[in-house]
Amino acid sequence: MEKNPHKDSDRDTRAIFISKVQELAYEMKVEQVMTPNAVSVPPEMRMDDLRILMQKERISGVPVVTGGAVQGLVSIEDLMNYLASDEKGRTVAEKMSKKVTTVFKDDPLTRAVNLFDMTGFGRFPVVDRGTGKLAGVITKGDIVKGFLKRLEVEYHEEEIHRYRASHFFEDIVADKATLTFHYGVKGGDFAKAGRASSGLKKTLSRLGIKPEVIRRVAIASYEAEMNMVIYSKGGRLSAEVTPEIIKVTATDVGPGIPDVEKAMQPGYSTASPWVREMGFGAGMGLPNIKKCSDHMVVNSVVGTGTTVEFIIGV
Amino acid sequence: MTLDEICRLLEGEFLSGQAKRGEEVSIVGATDLMSDALAYMKPKSLLLTGLANIQVVRTAEMADLKAVCFVRGKQLEASVIEEARSEELPLMRTPFPMFKACGILWQKGLNPCF
Repeated sequence: MEKNPHKDSDRDTRAIFISKVQELAYEMKVEQVMTPNAVSVPPEMRMDDLRILMQKERISGVPVVTGGAVQGLVSIEDLMNYLASDEKGRTVAEKMSKKVTTVFKDDPLTRAVNLFDMTGFGRFPVVDRGTGKLAGVITKGDIVKGFLKRLEVEYHEEEIHRYRASHFFEDIVADKATLTFHYGVKGGDFAKAGRASSGLKKTLSRLGIKPEVIRRVAIASYEAEMNMVIYSKGGRLSAEVTPEIIKVTATDVGPGIPDVEKAMQPGYSTASPWVREMGFGAGMGLPNIKKCSDHMVVNSVVGTGTTVEFIIGV
Repeated sequence: MTLDEICRLLEGEFLSGQAKRGEEVSIVGATDLMSDALAYMKPKSLLLTGLANIQVVRTAEMADLKAVCFVRGKQLEASVIEEARSEELPLMRTPFPMFKACGILWQKGLNPCF
């Protein structure tokens, strides 16, 4: 069956978006999106006065508080039930829900998201972990607004990066421009291993390439560099940068890889114990490079050397 | 949680990057295998590790990690700390073993990488 490229890219975009939001949900704190100084009421307030307050403030639920501590939550549903009954002159304390789910100010947003999912409630009072007092209120709307605001900020930062990168190439007068950087890698020198990738990473950052792209290039280059240090007599790490792609080529002089397909399998390794003691050699190098790149080729001649080439879109 | 709070919870000390002690971390990974860290850790996360060599600093740099905490009171060569300083990477050290350090941070609500 023929592959539909659009479907795939749609799914990729959605997957990236979802993981971005998940990341934000872990990273952001409840206090960053909550409504601080939210309206609260004392338990002795009469339900009729609550009706006026809720109408005036246009809110659908209020924390009930004494001395800053949350005693309960009274919602528009509680109010409607009260109005529908024949009861008169009741106080908030008599009608509120006493079992309240609260979140802490410094909880990650993911906790609030999960609680909304689990309980089906519309709002949670937010409490300061230190003092135990009410600090604000959080609703689903607050979370959505918080995400959008943060994504907007990140989008803006990305635009600045893109501008800087495109500007650099715009200043070059040529039909086609490619910047090339070369770094030497010494075999067996663990103390200096990683310097080539470190240099490349700093250079790409100065060119204004997007941080997510730089990170992928850096991780893949570093794995390739470690392979050269561990297995070969040394070689060269080269990067070609165009406005569209970054192509990295790691070429070494060494024993070569007898079975490239096998070497690509996660967990397959021929590393000696000293390499493992250094935190590498677990058979993750080539699979990691593949994971980070959009395209990857390994060419190896036993007894001569290996070339690993990978491309990452800018 | 700030790096400072984490350091205090783990009864640890800063070896470099003290200036960043107020910065926030919410995701933590724990491994001695740098390829695992490179493959699975999130940017801006904290790495707990028992591996004490220069490649830990390199890994943190490549993967945009926020900080590294060495467990079981690992001794580090001066060159490793020097490299971390020049990369402005906070390094911490705790006397606790890996399992205990992870347990404490997990209990305080920090999140895993996936």
